[in-house]
Order: sequence, then structure tokens, then C-alpha cells
Amino acid sequence: MSASNPQTVLEVSGLKTHFHTQDGTVHAVNGVSFDLHQGELLAVVGESGSGKSVTMMSLLRLIPMPPGEIVGGTAEFADEDLLQLPPEELRKVRGGQIGFIFQDPMTSLNPVLTIGRQITEPLLLHTDLDKNGAKERATELLDMVGIPDAKARLKAYPHELSGGMRQRVMIAIALACSPEIIIADEPTTALDVTIQAQIVGIVKDLRERLDTAVIWITHDLGVVAGLADRVLVMYGGRIVEEAPVRDLYATPLHPYTQGLLASLPRLDQKGQELVSIPGQPPSMYAEPSACSFAPRCPHAFDRCFSEVPDLVEVRPGHRSACFWDVENERPRA
Amino acid sequence: MTDLTETPASRTDTEVIVSVRNLKKHFPIMGGLFRRQVSAVRAVDGVSFDIHRGETLGLVGESGCGKSTTGRVLLQLDDATSGSVFFEDQDLTTLSTGAMRRVRPRAQMIFQDPHASLNPRMTVASIIGEPLREHTKMGPVERRDRIDELLSIVGLDPSHANRYPHEFSGGQRQRIGIARAIALNPDFIVCDEPIAALDVSIQAQVVNLLEELQESLGLTYLFISHDLSMVRHIADRVAVMYLGHIVELTDVESLYDNPKHPYTEALLSAVPVPDPRAEDIRKRVILEGDLPSPSNPPPGCVFNTRCPIAEQRCSSEVPEWREIRPAHWVACHFAE
Ligand SMILES: Nc1ncnc2c1ncn2[C@@H]1O[C@H](COP(=O)(O)OP(=O)(O)OP(=O)(O)O)[C@@H](O)[C@H]1O
Ligand SMILES: Nc1ncnc2c1ncn2[C@@H]1O[C@H](COP(=O)(O)OP(=O)(O)OP(=O)(O)O)[C@@H](O)[C@H]1O
Ligand code: SF4
Ligand SMILES: [Mg+2]
Ligand SMILES: [Mg+2]
Repeated sequence: MSASNPQTVLEVSGLKTHFHTQDGTVHAVNGVSFDLHQGELLAVVGESGSGKSVTMMSLLRLIPMPPGEIVGGTAEFADEDLLQLPPEELRKVRGGQIGFIFQDPMTSLNPVLTIGRQITEPLLLHTDLDKNGAKERATELLDMVGIPDAKARLKAYPHELSGGMRQRVMIAIALACSPEIIIADEPTTALDVTIQAQIVGIVKDLRERLDTAVIWITHDLGVVAGLADRVLVMYGGRIVEEAPVRDLYATPLHPYTQGLLASLPRLDQKGQELVSIPGQPPSMYAEPSACSFAPRCPHAFDRCFSEVPDLVEVRPGHRSACFWDVENERPRA
Repeated sequence: MTDLTETPASRTDTEVIVSVRNLKKHFPIMGGLFRRQVSAVRAVDGVSFDIHRGETLGLVGESGCGKSTTGRVLLQLDDATSGSVFFEDQDLTTLSTGAMRRVRPRAQMIFQDPHASLNPRMTVASIIGEPLREHTKMGPVERRDRIDELLSIVGLDPSHANRYPHEFSGGQRQRIGIARAIALNPDFIVCDEPIAALDVSIQAQVVNLLEELQESLGLTYLFISHDLSMVRHIADRVAVMYLGHIVELTDVESLYDNPKHPYTEALLSAVPVPDPRAEDIRKRVILEGDLPSPSNPPPGCVFNTRCPIAEQRCSSEVPEWREIRPAHWVACHFAE
């Protein structure tokens, strides 16, 4: 699918991000390409350090530079490359056409400003609304994300709200300017399951009503199953598998995804033995020159240790970056 | 010994190793001009349960409900406000420091955060050797052998004994914590969220290790976790906590397949299942509102402010902790 296709709202290609640290260069993102379609919910999963956050933050240049550096790639949004936009233009996109929800609302909400001030700010910046109009809209937004007594809450400070309510405020802020894309970085990880279920419900509902495309970063494969349309699986700074949600769970193609799914206990099934993936996640200091999963992979053979596998389409819409053909149990042609 | 006629274990013939009765732990909140106690966080507010020898009792519930505090008071790392904790036939809450010191080797703890619980300036050998130095008469050579043995038991390379914690990954650090906890051949271990800080692909490694050790060393676990899927996998029985109270306690199958407390039901229904087909057909009980403050718990049943089936009496009458079927305990007026 190309950017000219009306369905694609974002097209990322060959994204590479490094961090130059005292211990060496961290190869955080090593050539990531994906499309985002209008109105879809795209989940990004993978273990800690696999590059999920850095990938998405690079798109809006939210990583600290230095030590960070976007080494290559393009990110086409509304006929422009986000990675080349001048700073003023980029500011308009951030919080305007693309909303970002961070994992920990306490670090991204300003503790000394009222909730109302923080929601109206982007509205005044990015829309034609005047002060009163912005206030009205802010009340509407809080109401929409299920905060009771919204009007009174505008005067509250972040510490006066519970964790779940703060996360809802973050969603309201991200939604403020009716963005085309919302990027949510582990928005429910710090929350209890009963509150997580509330938030997931709100996002599902909003997406249906507003047709916003959502990128949802998480490590929780349970949340993904109930929420996503498509899934990207990251490992070692690369996408190793991409699939419609049902295909991913029914027939995972990459050995890492297979291992991950097998290692999960299930609430609705008892007592199977957990199959663990042996070994440790890869070091990110070296430029990958092999499959990063090879040292832990039950199928690895010579080629896996000397070449980086490309992400190739195995079935319609289902891609995997692996030299092993899991279905026929032989090396891929 | 406790009066067994009123304990959860009364109808089973399993030996009870830990028996908790009406345990409370309140943390004072100081305030005012003279910094006097103005109120208290009722972290644990009257819990009673038994742990059987050789079993894994899961303790689940949402953040702040009092799980860690229960575990810490059980091991006397915090003093109880009231109530008793029997370990075999001794009430630990009444023991002198010296007597408690003799019990300590037999009851150990594994902590949630493998980064914070290991001293970064000590080598792995000295971390694991510490309880051996403190509680045994082993000489240096014997101790060294035991450390090597412990490292191999938990799947670490004994030649790494002189390394420091930061040279290990999260999963490996948790193994170091496990080696330290089993060093003195304990009978009972409180595992406080032992896998919460680990990557999904590493969690299974550590859980499998805990299960193997339980089998080979005959350990009894209190497994504290908010991961209800993992608890279903590892536990024999499960206790569900809400706001300082245990609201339901029974065997794994009954709890997950046939929960009787409305909170247990809501909690289970909120847990996502990693299977899109199952997710599509699941029914959810979405709880309204947030957790009340433990310093000002609601009167009557503590769950009444969020309970979907609450009636008038729930906000005035505290539900009795009842055994509705053999070995199935619930605190709800309407459970049957
Ligand atoms: N500011 C920074 N300086 C140096 N290295 C960094 C910085 N930010 C991220 N990294 C490194 O980049 C890599 C990718 O990190 P990233 O935060 O994207 O992981 P993630 O997949 O989001 O993990 P998590 O699930 O833990 O959030 C990691 O190896 C991380 O240590
Ligand atoms: N030392 C302390 N002083 C004051 N309050 C405390 C102390 N330790 C715990 N609390 C309070 O007691 C309550 C229970 O805390 P506890 O740590 O036992 O919860 P938990 O169930 O283990 O939660 P989590 O899942 O977040 O670990 C909380 O409200 C907590 O803030
Ligand atoms: S490329 Fe090789 S090592 Fe990598 S996942 Fe596939 S089979 Fe395993
Ligand atoms: Mg991240
Ligand atoms: Mg705790």
C-alpha cells in the first residue's frame, strides 16, 4: 500500500535510530517500516528494550537529541516527511494532528497546572476556539472519557485524581484537536486490571465514533487480543512479524512470537506447562549482522547467524522476518 | 495451637504450616501541630487463613489492597497491629527477638524487584553467603561449596559467583534472590510478585524454576501476584484481597470456574485473554469508579461502593466470612 492510497495515513520506511552513549552506540531501531491505515488499531508488542517507544517517539522527534540520532528513514504523513519537517510545522502536528499518550501520566501532566488549563492549551494553540469555547470543549472531552462531574474537575490538579482518572485526562488531551492518529505508549500498564478494562472500553468506543487511527504500544498480549486490528511484533529494534490480529494468534510465524505465546499462562485454561524461551534478549550495542533471535531460537541454522532476515509476506497481510519456514519445517527458499 | 474447628482447613486432612487469625496491620497517619496520629491506613484489616504444607497459596488483588503488607507481617518483617500468625505451633507475633531469629531461616521471602533487593556493592557469592554466615556454623570452604551448589540449583554458572548484580539480567538477578531465599533450606517462602519486573519471555523461566524447587525441596509458597493468569497456573488455592480484607478463598478450579464473590467475578472478567476469538465472546463486568482509600474504607461491606449487586444492607452490615461449601470461603451477604 502506498501513501497515495487514501486508506494509508502514515507510511514509515527504513527508520533507524541510534543513541550515542559512553558505553557505545545503542542501535535502538534498525530499519523499521510499516503502514498505518485510517481508523485501524495497530498494536506494537515486544519485550522491554526492543525499540517500541523509540520507534514511535522518533516519528515526532520526541527522543532526546543528543544522545539520540535519527540515522535514516522516512515517515510520510499528509504528503510530508515528518522526519524532515521544520520545527514549527512539527509542533503543529504534535498535539494537533497526532496525539501522544505516555505510559506514566504523572510525568507528562504538569503538576502545577489545573486539568482544565492542560486540556484547553492545545485547543487554543491548534484550533480557532476562544477561551470559553475551549473550556466548553474541554468539559465535553472529559465527559467523553468518562470522568464524572467534568465541569468541576477542570479546576482539579493532577495529584487530586486517581491513576485511572489521570490516564483518562491524558486521553482527553490527546483527543482534544480531533487528531488523525493517536499514539499510546503502554497507556494501561501502570493501571489495575479493573481500571485497565475501563480505559480499553473507552478507547474502543472512541475509535468507533471518531474513526481515529491508533497505535497502541504494549507488552500485554491479552490486551492486544481484545483490542487490535493488526499487530507488529518487535525484537532487537526490528519488526519480526506483522499480521492481522487473528492470524497472529492462530498461526504465529516467527519463532519469537511462537515462543512468546507459548510462554503465557491463560486465565481460561488450566495447568499446561509453561514453555519458556531460553536465554536473554540481545545486546543493542552492535549493528545487527544476523537474526537477533538466533541465539535463543529452536530452529536456528547457519544462515541465521550470518545474515539479517528481511520481513517478507508469507500470507496475505502476514509477514515474518525469519529464514525458517515454520509451516513446512525447512529452511525458507 | 489454634482452634482448628473454625479454620479454613478444618475439613481437609492436610497439615497446616501457617495459620493466620484476624490479622491487622494499620499504619498511623501523623498530622496536626504536634504530629500526633490523626488516622490510620488500614492496610490489612482482619484476615484469617491457613496455608497447607507443600501447597502454593496465591494471594491476588489490585494495587494497594494489602498483599505485600500481609506477606511482610507474616514473616514479621513488620509488626502486626493485632491478631496472630502461627508458624507450626508458635505464634510469631509473641516471640522474642532471639526466638524469632531461630525461626527466620525456615521462613524466607523473595522480593518483587530484583534490582532493588540485591546490594549492588556485594558480589553474588557474598549475597548468597550472607544468610549462611549469619545462621550456620559453616567454614569458608563449606560455605563456598554450598554457594556453588545453590547457583547450579537456580541455573546460574558457579564461575560467575564473584560478579556483581548489575552484570546480570533481570531474570538472572531474580535467580540470585531465589538462591539466597533457599540457602538455609526453608520450609516456607513468601514470593512477593517474583516475576512482575521481568519480561514476558523470562517470566516462564522463573516460574518453572520455582515449581521445580517446590517439588525437589518440598517448599510451601505464599505467591503474591496481580497476574491472575499466572496464579491460575502456579497456585493450588487462591485468596482474593480487596481493601485490606480477604473476600474469597478456595481451590484454583472453584475460584476461576465458579467465583462466588462479585469482586472476584469482576476481577476475573477484566483480565484479558491472549486469544482474539475468546476475547470476542467474553462477557465483562466493568466496575464503576475507583478503589476507595484504605484510610477511610466504606462502612459495611468494603466492596459496596463498586459492587454491581449491592443492596441496602451492604452499606451497613459487614458480611460474615463464611464457608459456603467445604473449603470455599466467601465474605458476601448473597454468596451461596
Ligand atoms: N535516552 C536514551 N539513551 C540511551 N539509550 C536509550 C535511550 N532511550 C532508549 N534507549 C535504548 O534504546 C533501546 C530501545 O528502547 P525503547 O525504550 O524503545 O524500548 P521499548 O521497546 O519501548 O521497551 P519497554 O517495553 O521497556 O518500554 C533500549 O536498548 C534502550 O536502552
Ligand atoms: N510503611 C507504610 N506506611 C504507610 N502506609 C503503608 C506502608 N506500607 C504500605 N502502606 C499502605 O498500605 C496499603 C497496602 O499496601 P501494600 O503494599 O500491602 O499493597 P499491595 O497489595 O502489595 O499493592 P501492590 O500490588 O501495589 O504491591 C497501601 O495503601 C499502602 O499505601
Ligand atoms: S531467522 Fe533463524 S534464528 Fe531467526 S528466528 Fe528464524 S529460524 Fe530462528
Ligand atoms: Mg517503552
Ligand atoms: Mg505489593
